[in-house]
Amino acid sequence: MTTAAGTSAPVSAPRTPAPTPGKGRRRAWATRAPLLPALVFLIVVTQLPFVATLVISLFDWNSLNPDKRAFNGLGNYASVFTDAALRDSVVTTVLLTAGVVIATVVLGLALALLLDRTFFGRGMVRTLLITPFLLVPVSAALLWKHALYNPEYGLFNGALSWIGDLFGDTSPGQPDWIADMPLLAVIAALVWQWTPFMMLILLAGLQSRPAEVVEAARLDGASAWQTFRHLTLPHLRRYLELGVLLGAVHIVQNFDAVFTLTAGGLGTANLPYTIYQTFYQAHEYGLASAAGVVVVIGTIIIATFALRVVSSLFSEEANRA
Amino acid sequence: MTATTVPTSSPVVPRPARRAKRRSAALGLLAWAAGLAFCLPALWMLLTSLHAESDAATNPPSVFAPLTLDGYRAFFGADTGVTPWPPLLNSLGASFFSTLLVLLLALPAAYALSIRRVRKWTDVLFFFLSTKMLPVVAGLLPVYLFAKNAGMLDNIWLLVLLYTSMNLPIAVWMLQSFLADVPVSVIEAAQVDGARLPTVLARVIAPMAAPGIAATALICFIFSWNELLFARVLTGVVAQTAPVFLTGFVTSQGLFLAQLCAASVVVSLPVLAAGYAAQDKLVQGLSLGAVK
Repeated sequence: MTTAAGTSAPVSAPRTPAPTPGKGRRRAWATRAPLLPALVFLIVVTQLPFVATLVISLFDWNSLNPDKRAFNGLGNYASVFTDAALRDSVVTTVLLTAGVVIATVVLGLALALLLDRTFFGRGMVRTLLITPFLLVPVSAALLWKHALYNPEYGLFNGALSWIGDLFGDTSPGQPDWIADMPLLAVIAALVWQWTPFMMLILLAGLQSRPAEVVEAARLDGASAWQTFRHLTLPHLRRYLELGVLLGAVHIVQNFDAVFTLTAGGLGTANLPYTIYQTFYQAHEYGLASAAGVVVVIGTIIIATFALRVVSSLFSEEANRA
Repeated sequence: MTATTVPTSSPVVPRPARRAKRRSAALGLLAWAAGLAFCLPALWMLLTSLHAESDAATNPPSVFAPLTLDGYRAFFGADTGVTPWPPLLNSLGASFFSTLLVLLLALPAAYALSIRRVRKWTDVLFFFLSTKMLPVVAGLLPVYLFAKNAGMLDNIWLLVLLYTSMNLPIAVWMLQSFLADVPVSVIEAAQVDGARLPTVLARVIAPMAAPGIAATALICFIFSWNELLFARVLTGVVAQTAPVFLTGFVTSQGLFLAQLCAASVVVSLPVLAAGYAAQDKLVQGLSLGAVK
């Protein structure tokens, strides 16, 4: 953030004339005024509730037992880290996020490289590819749960029996996908939904690569792999980081897929789902709030990196302007 | 790319050129295969939604079964009388009004951050972004308690406010980058001609940034339409939104696969339309304006 502030002075100079000292203050407020409604709105609607969450997290408060509400200090935080279910959901969150992000980056990069070439119907393929990302998340989760994963008539097992039939195997394996591999099932559905997002960002990165440099490398006799390894990949680094971090911030918060596919069962409850359950079903307000604060701290760690990446991309852009 | 570069390096190398061409065609086919594979589940959903219930849930799948609109008829309440219109209209209302409010708040802010730059404008921008990174669950309980005490549970306007706060940072970022693309010289020329600020905004800046503003609006609309957690916790019967209705759909009706697929198609349709329309600006919006 400080680096961003550092670049702001030279960049904004050509846009705004230097404030004259006399009427400077009134001018400054006139410039600032259009910004205020949005700022005030955001502070009230997002920051205040979080402060309230911080306060609630210090209380022992179950809404079914309102009389027993009492100050509990950091007790709830101790519970968050000792409670087996909550600890498990921390592990689940990490596995889920890491699994989805790694898989989507690899797949997204492969697809972006394929699409960064001219071929017949490229626009159409791009449209096909982004479709998973444009389905309403709940629809997508229901689709995977009932139309694809269902052990009796889902498409996956249907395809297995069809292929089995083809090879004369009358009773091919019919796994119960969600029951047999719950976390993997959630990850697969999310990878399907989020790969287009990574692809779009990486494709933008590929297309912002200066064509002359690539051309020059080719003329100098660099192989495709050398060009990729020494030119494309370094250029894509920022975009990869951006994709990873924005993806991570979204996947950490995922609720829809976990809620719909497994309802948090079979060891797939991630932190957002567990928090939802802790306060919505168990009515443990203090505990849920403490867990919420823990999620925020985790997200801040990711977000700090994300902000730095966005900031560096952004100041590059500003310097060019 | 390879095909175009070969002639420049040397005009008489037919064999590598042909090989490059064949490789390029193979990669094009691979891209098509990948595109179809990724779209397959969505196409399967569409196909299943057009099958009769008896043909929908079969193993092996009956791909070529006759098409029918029965699933859609059932979803719209032909048999049960339970129509999905109230939730669909709630989603439409919440998404529309929050998008409107987002634009009303974000446009002036973006103006102050791009054209008439406030000091430390990058810091302000990053403050906006940082609120987006705050997990929703962390503020959910206080919002719930507030709504309960204020009698605002199951109220569409509460969702409007929350969706606005959810999308405002993205909108400010996007609009900031779109407005910054308006050339200063054009704005100055208008000012030299004697145009005052409101005129400049309405006649110069708005038309030039119109595609960006439209894309921002579409993206905010999509995110509001998709949202589940707030809607699930804060609405009940009256203000129920389409995603919440969908999750309850399976349990209340039992599982009718064709009908479920029809429901998913109907609920996704507005987002698909908006998303395809905003395709080009989608990346910029999703990466918060950091990638162009």
